[in-house]
Amino acid sequence: MSVSTQTFEYSPLSHGGLAGGGPLTVDGDDPLHGEPLQLNMGPQHPATHGVLRIKVVLDGETIQEIEPVVGYLHRGKEKTCESLGWRKFFVHTDRLDYVQPLMNNIGYAMALEKLGGIGVPERGQIIRVLLCELSRIGSHLIYLGTTAIDLGAITMFFFCFKERETLYQLLDAYTGHRMNNTYVRIGGVYADVDERVQAEIEKWVDHLPSAIDEFEAMLTGNRIWHDRNYQIGVITPAQALAWSLTGPNLRASGVEFDLRKSQPYSGYEQYEFETAVGTRGDCFDRYLVRIEEMRQSARICKQALAKLKQTAGGEFLADDRRYVLPPKGRVHESMEELIHQFKIVTDMALPRGEAYGAIESSKGELGFFVASDGTSDPLRCHIRGPGLMNVQAIPMVSKGRLFSDMVSLIGSLDFVMGEVDR
Amino acid sequence: MSTLERARAALAGLELQELPARDGTVFLQVAAADVREACRRLRDAAGFESNTFVTAIDRYPAEPRFQVCYQLLSVQHNDRLRLCAWIGGERPRIDTVADLWPGAQYAERECYDMFGIQFLGHQSEAGELKRLLMPEDYDHFPLRKDFPHQGIEPDKLYNEWFQRRFQRHEREHADV
Amino acid sequence: MGSLRPVEEANVQQDFLATRVDELINWGRKNSLWPMPLGLSCCGIELMAMIGPKFDLARFGAEAARFSPRQCDLLVVAGTLTWKMAEACRTIYDQMPDPKWVIAMGVCSSSGGMYDSYSVVQGVDMILPVDVYVPGCPPRPDAVIDAIMKLQKKIEREQPLRLRLSGANLDHGLGSNTFVRAPNTAVATHGSHDVLAAGDRILP
Repeated sequence: MSVSTQTFEYSPLSHGGLAGGGPLTVDGDDPLHGEPLQLNMGPQHPATHGVLRIKVVLDGETIQEIEPVVGYLHRGKEKTCESLGWRKFFVHTDRLDYVQPLMNNIGYAMALEKLGGIGVPERGQIIRVLLCELSRIGSHLIYLGTTAIDLGAITMFFFCFKERETLYQLLDAYTGHRMNNTYVRIGGVYADVDERVQAEIEKWVDHLPSAIDEFEAMLTGNRIWHDRNYQIGVITPAQALAWSLTGPNLRASGVEFDLRKSQPYSGYEQYEFETAVGTRGDCFDRYLVRIEEMRQSARICKQALAKLKQTAGGEFLADDRRYVLPPKGRVHESMEELIHQFKIVTDMALPRGEAYGAIESSKGELGFFVASDGTSDPLRCHIRGPGLMNVQAIPMVSKGRLFSDMVSLIGSLDFVMGEVDR
Repeated sequence: MSTLERARAALAGLELQELPARDGTVFLQVAAADVREACRRLRDAAGFESNTFVTAIDRYPAEPRFQVCYQLLSVQHNDRLRLCAWIGGERPRIDTVADLWPGAQYAERECYDMFGIQFLGHQSEAGELKRLLMPEDYDHFPLRKDFPHQGIEPDKLYNEWFQRRFQRHEREHADV
Repeated sequence: MGSLRPVEEANVQQDFLATRVDELINWGRKNSLWPMPLGLSCCGIELMAMIGPKFDLARFGAEAARFSPRQCDLLVVAGTLTWKMAEACRTIYDQMPDPKWVIAMGVCSSSGGMYDSYSVVQGVDMILPVDVYVPGCPPRPDAVIDAIMKLQKKIEREQPLRLRLSGANLDHGLGSNTFVRAPNTAVATHGSHDVLAAGDRILP
């Protein structure tokens, strides 16, 4: 069978551009295939959610090969921990997954508390749970806003950021900073939540389900959203586990594994909430799982606020003077507290050994593997960021798909480069 | 069956040493040559479907210097396990586990990038073992203890690129 | 007004028409700064919040935050710049057409921030000329809006027509690729700014 071909002279190529130049031949019978095209997405690109570079080899619109290149935000945090010391590194943990700063702080504090054998008082745990869940809502709002705007639903971006602005105001009122708050210390949190701030948080958390209803009204039944996400990027449960996916990506594939329920920490066993589990493992399920997680987080926040009212006046910071700074007033009055302050600031050492502390962050299992040799210089702090595993899964889900699905896939896998590159 | 019993049953015949861990996780030490076999058995016989991390601790100047640690997660049994092996020498190398758990590919690349540990047999979507976080032609291994925090000539690759660009610009505009 | 040949007049800097034309040009430029958001890390989130509904950068004429450098005139470097990313950042800057301005948002781009490590550029002014530095980690969106207002005041002082009339040769001859890389001298030698200050070197 003879194949009809069509030759045309196209000026950049005939000057010796691609592959030695010469006219381009296009197979007239097969309009969708031709020479493979190497396309570079990023590192600066609106839809890559940070500085991620993706090298794609396209056959028409179909992805043949794909390779993410990371490291454009590698700031050397693990090395920094070894230079700075355990306490000063709290500031750096905020900037890991910077859309949920407080959760990173809490994960790091938990790892150190495991290494040092330090307990957290009940009120401290409740405040930590509250901050965790507020951060989770904030992170999922960013996911929703940015993924929707990448797929063309520009209004969603503004809706989500409007809710986020209120969250930022609440955190500003409580911690003094909108983001990157660094409000968690070894053994608890830095300061108590004022009653007026508690009332404002409660108002926002009460209002949140109706806002989520609005988001769902715009997206869940939306034909375009459905077509761009349904059955796109299916991940089977076995694949998800083999590729070290955790969090909403794992749960959307049907594996019911949530660290808050399976390996509870910080008092999570006392809270009532459901785990959102999907069935198909596609982008749409990942979206539904995150929406449901936002609702459940609002539920947990309400319970945490009720518990805060019950434990009013309780301790929020442990008393362990080997690791926890005494109140400043006491430092000026008492010699022992002065010595403790001096020792902790200059020479705080955690016991010899290794420990791994993990929390269920909004992207998956955020873990800190800390090792100490008994001196005040940290030996190793490895940050197990779930975002790295999510980026790793991009080739697995996108090979053979159309290039326009890349945007849905990247958005639905939901990673933040601060945590991927550290 | 507790985690330790399950692990011991799966790893019968291999040289094991149980190390203390401050977080209550079972922490086993195996010989570097046995790591791959141990991981394979733990995945197949003990139900550890997921690899949480692969990393190393540099205990310079002790020799062997690198303690390569693997953390495994079993969703069906809801528990964790940590393995470690010691390697050292001029060119530290160990077998790869990236074909057992594809999720370990980036972790091994990062380990290579930061410590210089060669993972033998590593094949990933990106091909052979190559750097993950630093630029590909970077010369050093940053997380080693003998590497300074501020780095060694951090702007070297950028300057080389800039020079090449300037020279190309001069060549292209030489006759203007 | 005739052709733009060098004017024999004693002091073209105070010529009435040229001053008014310059004011017009500067007014147009400062009220239509189209940002190129180079959102690298955490500051990127505050940048998004600034473009969002509450702080609303659109009021300043900066609604068109296009992600292509060829269509923008204000590069906002928001976040930590690493040496691996520096090549891309410099390329983006070079792709922007003149006149262009740079805001270093946050301490990471101003000076390297809290990262004195092996992979972080200690201040984006090691590779680019910067007009306004905004401290903060991250700076509040209000602070960045304040920076844009300060940049607007800086643009008001520029003299695009008068410099050309006075015959100053603003063309480096070598393009913007080739300024000498040294911290903080870049602003003085950067020809796109149409400003002559005392002691300025205009490359021959």
